[in-house]
Amino acid sequence: MRRHRRPGFKASLPLVVTLAALLLGGCGLGKQSALSPAGPVAQAQLSMLWQSLAIMTVIFIVVLAVFVYSLIRFRARKTDTELPKQVHGSTALEIVWTIIPIIIIVALSISTVHYAFVLETPQTGKNAVQVQVIGHQFWWEFRYPGTGVVTANQVHIPVGKKVNFTLQSADVVHSFWVPRLGGKTDLIPGRTNTLWLEASKAGVYYGQCAQLCGAGHAYMKFTVLAQSPAAYTAWLHHMQTDTVSVTTPEEKAGLALFKQNCSTCHTIQGTPFHGNIGPNLTALATRPTIAAGTLPNTAQGLATWLKNPPAAKPGAKMPDLGLSQSQIQSLVAFLQTLK
Amino acid sequence: MAAITERVAIAHAQERNYRGIWAWLATVDHKKIGIMYIYAALFFMAFGGAEALLVRIQLWQPNNHLVSAETFNQLFTMHGVTMIFLVAMPILIGYINAIVPLQIGARDVAFPRMNALSLWLFVLGGIFLYTSWFMGGAPDAGWFNYVPLSGAHYSPGAGVDFYDIGLQITGIGTLMTAINFLVTILNMRAPGMRLLRMPMFTWSALITMLLILFAFPPITVNLILQMMDRLFHATFFNIPLGGNALLWQNLFWIFGHPEVYIVILPAFGIISEIIPTFSRKPLFGYESMALALSVIAFLSFMVWTHHMFADGLGPIVNSIFAITSMLIAVPTGIKIFNWLATLWGGQIRFTTANLYALAFIPLFVIGGISGVMLAMAPADLQYNDSYFVVAHFHYVLFGGTLMGALAGLYYWFPKIWGRLLNEKLGRLNFWLVFIGFNVTFFPMHILGLEGMPRRISTYAPGYGWTTPNQIATVGAFILLAGMLVLLYNLISTFMKQPDLVQDPWDARSLEWSIPSPTPEYNFAQIPLVEDRDAYWVAKREGSGELPKAEPVGPIHMPSPSLSPFFLAVTIVIAGYAALLHADWLALIALLAAFWQIGLQLVHEDHGYHVHPDVPTGGATE
Ligand code: HEC
Ligand SMILES: [Cu+2]
Ligand SMILES: [Cu+2]
Repeated sequence: MRRHRRPGFKASLPLVVTLAALLLGGCGLGKQSALSPAGPVAQAQLSMLWQSLAIMTVIFIVVLAVFVYSLIRFRARKTDTELPKQVHGSTALEIVWTIIPIIIIVALSISTVHYAFVLETPQTGKNAVQVQVIGHQFWWEFRYPGTGVVTANQVHIPVGKKVNFTLQSADVVHSFWVPRLGGKTDLIPGRTNTLWLEASKAGVYYGQCAQLCGAGHAYMKFTVLAQSPAAYTAWLHHMQTDTVSVTTPEEKAGLALFKQNCSTCHTIQGTPFHGNIGPNLTALATRPTIAAGTLPNTAQGLATWLKNPPAAKPGAKMPDLGLSQSQIQSLVAFLQTLK
Repeated sequence: MAAITERVAIAHAQERNYRGIWAWLATVDHKKIGIMYIYAALFFMAFGGAEALLVRIQLWQPNNHLVSAETFNQLFTMHGVTMIFLVAMPILIGYINAIVPLQIGARDVAFPRMNALSLWLFVLGGIFLYTSWFMGGAPDAGWFNYVPLSGAHYSPGAGVDFYDIGLQITGIGTLMTAINFLVTILNMRAPGMRLLRMPMFTWSALITMLLILFAFPPITVNLILQMMDRLFHATFFNIPLGGNALLWQNLFWIFGHPEVYIVILPAFGIISEIIPTFSRKPLFGYESMALALSVIAFLSFMVWTHHMFADGLGPIVNSIFAITSMLIAVPTGIKIFNWLATLWGGQIRFTTANLYALAFIPLFVIGGISGVMLAMAPADLQYNDSYFVVAHFHYVLFGGTLMGALAGLYYWFPKIWGRLLNEKLGRLNFWLVFIGFNVTFFPMHILGLEGMPRRISTYAPGYGWTTPNQIATVGAFILLAGMLVLLYNLISTFMKQPDLVQDPWDARSLEWSIPSPTPEYNFAQIPLVEDRDAYWVAKREGSGELPKAEPVGPIHMPSPSLSPFFLAVTIVIAGYAALLHADWLALIALLAAFWQIGLQLVHEDHGYHVHPDVPTGGATE
């Protein structure tokens, strides 16, 4: 990817570095930071940030210097007897400070337009991986077209490949944002948007809904698991062929309870359960968290969830099913077999 | 003939009849109306501020549960709606009311009764909005109230109805203000006050009113369409039935972006009055300042989709709107440099008013910098809807608009209320607000870049968000302390005797050439304006006495009237009735409102005459 570095950028590099250091002083780079890019899209956006911030910082310093100098040098003094010189304007100066901003804007426009076309053109080529994202109040559904694989709240992608996400919403406007991989795009009901991202390194990347979507907006998180292409293909295959095997009486009881209480809303691959109101629970146990990042995916977390979902997560659309402690225990045992 | 004299006498008698609170309810005097705008805006500011503090306390630490997620959504929605519609706009409209007629040498606005109606629609509309807290919950879909979240299906409560109807009520008032002041400024200037002799604050008011005139219709359309959806099951925004989610967004931002300039241009105007006064120099580049205002206003209608860069409108749309957005930096830059050049070579006095005006410059530049960054569409995909945006618009709205408004308060207080605010307290007030503001909002830039979305009711630990959030919350309390000092300053100043100083700052424009507080008829004799900064010139080249455009004589004044107030009350009753689905009552109230409007149309106000006290020379300092 071509970088648009202008002379102004290099000259002010030390300044930008100090500013950045100041900016991040004490905070460090967080796990959801746009400042630690892990792919070409976020990298391009960060380079635009530095480019604009560098130029604008120079302007700010010029303004501040003139400003502070004037305040000190031209402060009223007891000794002032006459009026200061009454200057009404200067056409030459005014032209100068009209032209300079125009030049800067031309410079910034070039990279803006360039990257707008690079980053906002859908990737439909053969090499790009297609993933369909459907936003729900308040969780994420991921579908892999042509494979039949459906999952939720954790999306698997291969490293080093462009991933073309098509974005749709089942209800209200949401926004799909993984800062370390790139900027966000909204999921708008009645529209299909696209966003492409690419991860350069294997790892887990954190994302979150960025458009107010109701009470559970803060709890609409997800993770991107970037895997080697081989691991990714193996995962897809596993998802397609996954079966459910329950062994202990506890697990069997859980399966029966699931059929009775949960199958109208949830799908599990390899079972006759095909509800489509809630997340697909195939291989649920492999997800790091449940309920879109609200609770850890542990026996404890699952039990808290099943006890009363809207109490665990504001606005959750899974109702409190009034399950007893022992029913919950069986269901948790069953859910933990979904590997 | 006799009948007319009689009626004049009756009108005069009526004026005498309104006492105490009734005199305020019935007034059509632009100065009293301005005062009430300012009081009401400060009153609503207390609520908007309290909501902001609760938001900041809630975000103090990860997984905080001080308020529920539902309450949190109501808090930030009402905070935004309040600060934009009930604080920023009204306080500036208050100054425009109190000052612009004086600056152009007029005795009142063109339509004094309509002016009173605007005021009461704003005040009662604001109270209407606030009663939502006690009637099933405040609006909670954010100040831009996106559909379909704000539709009946996802927001079944009455909150969004309060938003739709409340903003229509205040909006009618604002539109009438625009018409009123456009006519006033264009038609009622004193002889010799050419457009290019108008003070820059009046220029900013003129351009702002043009913006309102063109920006308010699209939001009104939006509000009406949504009201139809929610109350009468129309389907403009019902997506499964063919509604369109982007229709709301487009109409909202066609209003929303100019709205930003509606609340910043008058602040520009205030700064452009204060900086020359306290530098003892004329405003540098007057013509280019007026031109820049006009260019900003023009461009502001061509940038709205920069609020929608993440909507997937495609690289062509995003590129075009990115460039138009960046272009606004040119006229804005001209303004900044002209202010700097005004300071250059001056004799700068650091009064509180000037401290606020000066602080405006760097803070607004920071807001401008982040603004240019946000305009770069592909990069904006990272900033959009994150705390970076929250930081940006607080730097322009608080660092810009509110700093300007506070500068104006300290500057015009002696003119409006005949008393000088305490300067020592003023300085304390300024420094607390200045420091508190930066401590609150600067860390939000970092939060945004660190990936914190706006409007989340809480966050988990481990994202690096805790420290900046805590700094921001501490800053909010410093701000609170600053505003309490202001409150104390206001109260203690009202308790003391008026100083009645006419021209405490050795200022430049016509409002300072008449007594403080100003008599009801403003100018005993309308001045003849022969220069820009006419009063300043008169002081330097003579006694400070302006040439007069008319002989001394009885002055014709409009009669006070309670009808604007009652009309506003009727409209608000219609609002409640519609909201409570009492359709018949709503219809009757609306008919009653139209009947009252009809009465106003045929009513002839003969007014009354007053005999001015002729001033005995322009006392300054
Ligand atoms: C009325 C439909 C409905 C029923 C019945 C229902 N669920 Fe859910 N379930 C949902 C929805 C909707 C969600 C997503 C909630 C969210 O994250 O906001 C969900 C989420 C979950 C999750 C978290 C999934 C993830 O990946 O984060 C689990 C686990 C779960 N349900 C288990 C169950 C079990 C077990 C039952 C039966 C006892 C059940 N559900 C019954 C609708 C339902
Ligand atoms: Cu969402
Ligand atoms: Cu959301």
